[in-house]
Amino acid sequence: MTDPEIASPSAFPEPSVLATHSAATVRPVHDEFHGDLLEVSMGPQHPSTHGVFRMVVTLDGEVIVKLKPVFGYLHRNHEKLGENTTYLGSMPYTDRLDYLCSMTNNWAYALAVEKLAGQPVPERAEYVRVILAEMTRLVNHMCLVGFLFNDLGTSFTPLLYAFREREKFIDLFESLSGSRMMCNFQRFGGCRANPSPEWLGAVSKLVDGFPKFLDEYEQLLTGNEILLARTQGVGCLSPELAVQAGITGPMLRASGVGYDIRKADGYGIYPRFDFRVPIGAHGDTYDRYMMRILEMRESVKILQQALRDIPAGPVMDPKSRLRNFRPKPGEAYGRIEGPKGEIGFYLISDGSPNPLRYRVRAPSFVNLTVIEDMCLGRTVADSVVILGSVDIVLGEVDR
Amino acid sequence: MNAPANTNSLLERAPVMIRDWIIGFFPESLRWPVGALLAIAAMLAVFGLVFAFLTLAERKLLGRAQNRPGPNRSGLPFFRGTKLFGLTQPFADAVKMLTKEDIVPRAADHLLHFLAPVLVVAFALMTFAVIPYGRQLVAVDIDAGVLYFFAAGAATELAIFMAGWASHNKYSLIGAMRALAQLISYELPLLLSVVPVVMLAGTLSPTKIVEAQANVPGGLIPHWHVFTPWGAVGFAIFMVAALAEANRSPFDLPEGESELVAGHLTEYSGFKYALFFMAEYFGMIGLTGMGATLFLGGWQAPCAFLEFIPSYLWFGVKMLSLILFMMWIRATLLRLRIDQLTRLAWKFLVPLALINLGTAAFWSRTDSWSGPLQFVRWAIALALIVVPFVVIGRRLTAGLAPRTYRYAT
Repeated sequence: MTDPEIASPSAFPEPSVLATHSAATVRPVHDEFHGDLLEVSMGPQHPSTHGVFRMVVTLDGEVIVKLKPVFGYLHRNHEKLGENTTYLGSMPYTDRLDYLCSMTNNWAYALAVEKLAGQPVPERAEYVRVILAEMTRLVNHMCLVGFLFNDLGTSFTPLLYAFREREKFIDLFESLSGSRMMCNFQRFGGCRANPSPEWLGAVSKLVDGFPKFLDEYEQLLTGNEILLARTQGVGCLSPELAVQAGITGPMLRASGVGYDIRKADGYGIYPRFDFRVPIGAHGDTYDRYMMRILEMRESVKILQQALRDIPAGPVMDPKSRLRNFRPKPGEAYGRIEGPKGEIGFYLISDGSPNPLRYRVRAPSFVNLTVIEDMCLGRTVADSVVILGSVDIVLGEVDR
Repeated sequence: MNAPANTNSLLERAPVMIRDWIIGFFPESLRWPVGALLAIAAMLAVFGLVFAFLTLAERKLLGRAQNRPGPNRSGLPFFRGTKLFGLTQPFADAVKMLTKEDIVPRAADHLLHFLAPVLVVAFALMTFAVIPYGRQLVAVDIDAGVLYFFAAGAATELAIFMAGWASHNKYSLIGAMRALAQLISYELPLLLSVVPVVMLAGTLSPTKIVEAQANVPGGLIPHWHVFTPWGAVGFAIFMVAALAEANRSPFDLPEGESELVAGHLTEYSGFKYALFFMAEYFGMIGLTGMGATLFLGGWQAPCAFLEFIPSYLWFGVKMLSLILFMMWIRATLLRLRIDQLTRLAWKFLVPLALINLGTAAFWSRTDSWSGPLQFVRWAIALALIVVPFVVIGRRLTAGLAPRTYRYAT
């Protein structure tokens, strides 16, 4: 019953760039001249695959000569479910895509629906969205950096330092939306609740203290010689390959391509803020780590400006309809710069309460596609670190 | 032993007196084996307990380093509500480990899979025999004690390889390969860092090496090997190599929990796992004990007037502070990659240890220099070490530096 169009691998020819960047030669598993290669199935239960992800690695000693990513263990029919629920009904499901960044997932989905329905958003809601999105970026990058160090073999110390700060942001999410991680906060035409001045004051206090934490963290870790030796020159991704494979987010910028949707699209009210986009030069694991650290510093700047300028007013457009919401037939693609890269939602409406087509462009999934190219010729220990620096969340990869 | 009368206090002699009292009940022909068995029993009891509380200390220390309290829940049976700062945690852990199911993979080599944890503990225990714990406390005082110690210590890696091979698991096998690579790389600097001590003390016997570090009457700075240029470098190399020998972070590659799940321990559970755990701590105790013996004056008090404190307590304090230092490193550092580890050993530690050998030779030749020549002696010795250290170190970390980044316009 398999469809030959999909089943045959030749339907997706390998781009020539991918072939030229595969430096290591792949030889048969059994070879009488070189001894046997070792095939190790890392995952789906493995401490460093960040969930139920599997890498089938073929090893020559400890050097990887072949790596096959296997996923789908967490597939839960997200996109088909989206076609069978109302537009609003999908909003809580988007929390579960990248469960560390529910606020940005919500925003991307809300943006797509607002484009579809031509729904305006009040001024204050735009500020609230920016504040929440940048807080999410801080939360996500802190998690990533902490877990990356865990993959590098520290005994949880950097992770728990990062989690101490993350906890404070998560607490604020809880006090605003009622949930620490599954926030379900954005609506079509605004936000669900209007943040109180006290809440904004708490955010302001936390954000002002954040650079101090970053300084401490960097002082303890960034110059460490073992970190430099383990990450510099490891898992290089060339800008050509990154662009051809559709990589986005910090990973693309680490390869030296200055592409940020906040600047390119200028969605929401981002053009009003003064911030810079850091770019790396080598595209290695160290650059990817530093991109996150530098982006956190820029996020703090955006947050301080947004908290200073936020106007009073409603956070919900009075004309927006949540119940019995039927956008006119058409299609829309809404995308934002999520912490992991471009998160986008593509919707087709036929005028009914449910979308005809609901499709998620998940950054983790796309960024994961080049994992083999980065790992070939490196060791097992490197592959774990490279995977950690890609920043995947399996909820988003498998959907 | 040639203990001076003024330090021969009751506490100092207590362990020996108890032994002699017990031995006195036995006929002449049985006294030697009974004495040996008593020493074994005492060591098993003392180091068993030390091991138990070291696990607690490590968890507490890691916890404190990570903004969390560490284990503090376990109390006493039948006394609900008592918590005792988690002091009974090791016993709860022991009960848990003993009662867990022992799983052996069907494809494993059953004999080797069983032998490996037994041997790893046995080899680790064997190293305890030659360490002088106090003025009169050494189980076996053999002339080539230092050689024996390192031979027995290296054998633990063999048991680890056995475990990795017998488990019939790919992670275990990679862990075993790493263990062997690590052994070959680190045994050499470990031994080379010890050679100057043997050269200067003129003996391979640990007890005589401790006596060579005895306090000079009236001296304020302890007459320990670590307070000489070659001793300081030797001690540093010894500690780095000891971390690798004990499979501790940042050299815990055979275990490598983020890469190899648990390395050679992957297929071990229950009490066999506990034995490996025990062997790791015994290895740490043995190596730090030997480090204290060789470089930190063993059971010698730092100053003459502090000699009223029993010698075995001084030894315990030195050993425990070295172990706590190892735990602190574990809470701080990242793991190296196997090729970086071997490169560090062969291209940095081995040359440095060889150069240190030359420095020690210079030091022993210039023993008669005094007065202003003393400063010249120190300056030459330091230059002999620092210059190669800087040159080799630069080459080792060539091309690695924090970067500055540009921003998109």
